[in-house]
Amino acid sequence: MSRGLRLIPIILLLWLVAGFAWRIVRPPDPAVPSQLISRPLPQFALPAALPSKPGLKAADLATGEPRLLNVFASWCVPCADEAEVLSELHRRGVKIDAIAIRDTPMAISAFLARHGDPYDRIGADERSSVQISLGSSGVPETFVVDGRGVMRHQYLGPLTKANIPAVLQQLDEAR
Amino acid sequence: MKRPFFIALAIISQPLLADSNLPAAYWANRQLPNAAQEAKARALMEELRCLVCQGQSIADSDAELAGDMRDLVRRRIAAGERPSAIRAWLIQRYGTWVSYKPTTEAAAWPLWLAPLALILVGIWMIRSRIRLKARR
Repeated sequence: MSRGLRLIPIILLLWLVAGFAWRIVRPPDPAVPSQLISRPLPQFALPAALPSKPGLKAADLATGEPRLLNVFASWCVPCADEAEVLSELHRRGVKIDAIAIRDTPMAISAFLARHGDPYDRIGADERSSVQISLGSSGVPETFVVDGRGVMRHQYLGPLTKANIPAVLQQLDEAR
Repeated sequence: MKRPFFIALAIISQPLLADSNLPAAYWANRQLPNAAQEAKARALMEELRCLVCQGQSIADSDAELAGDMRDLVRRRIAAGERPSAIRAWLIQRYGTWVSYKPTTEAAAWPLWLAPLALILVGIWMIRSRIRLKARR
């Protein structure tokens, strides 16, 4: 074997080590974004999560004006963090509907009493089936939905105060 | 003195708060009564990736969302839907990422071609060895 060929394994090894080093320094993003962005929401109809509020169906999100769709749960810790931001958006006139994942009416009403209630409607998704049909992979997530019921943007993880201007602008653009 | 206590508290409190208030979905941990359907569902579940504990299939994962995905797969199989249609439905939502089965798209070609290339390299190496020996 010529000397050049003997270098091949060493080069392959270095290449492999460089690949590992790159992924350690720059870990891959574990977020799984929905593939339905800029497409209409799939059809769904969820029963009311609370006796005091209506449930949620896809048609409720195509009312001619943009809305936020918040996927949350009372047992989700980051959702409690996010509640303040949603309340602030609600105060600024943003319409917000919600899907409660694997939750009970009692736990939801306790959560809303404690962290504020910015929601017009809350649908109960007991088997996460609507969550899966939306391409959502966890709680909390927030979708910007335009007046025709088209999913425009998705926020994975809790909204923070820093997101407020962008969310308001996206709602404006979705008009 | 108090610090170890709070650390211990933090360790046990996390898993408690990461789970919901509801029991697992009906078909999450229950086999379908029809054995042929269950086998189909099982094969599909082993090729679908859990969205929460990435790197596990939904058949292996204990995450609640994985349980709900197993429930969804079994319900649809029981309703007569084909596994390939269920896979396509999930790919439409989460991208090819959700399926472990390699696709034929251009990005996956190296995966299909690598074994062939390695076999060819092996054959070539053996041939040159044999020729070397023959010459001696």
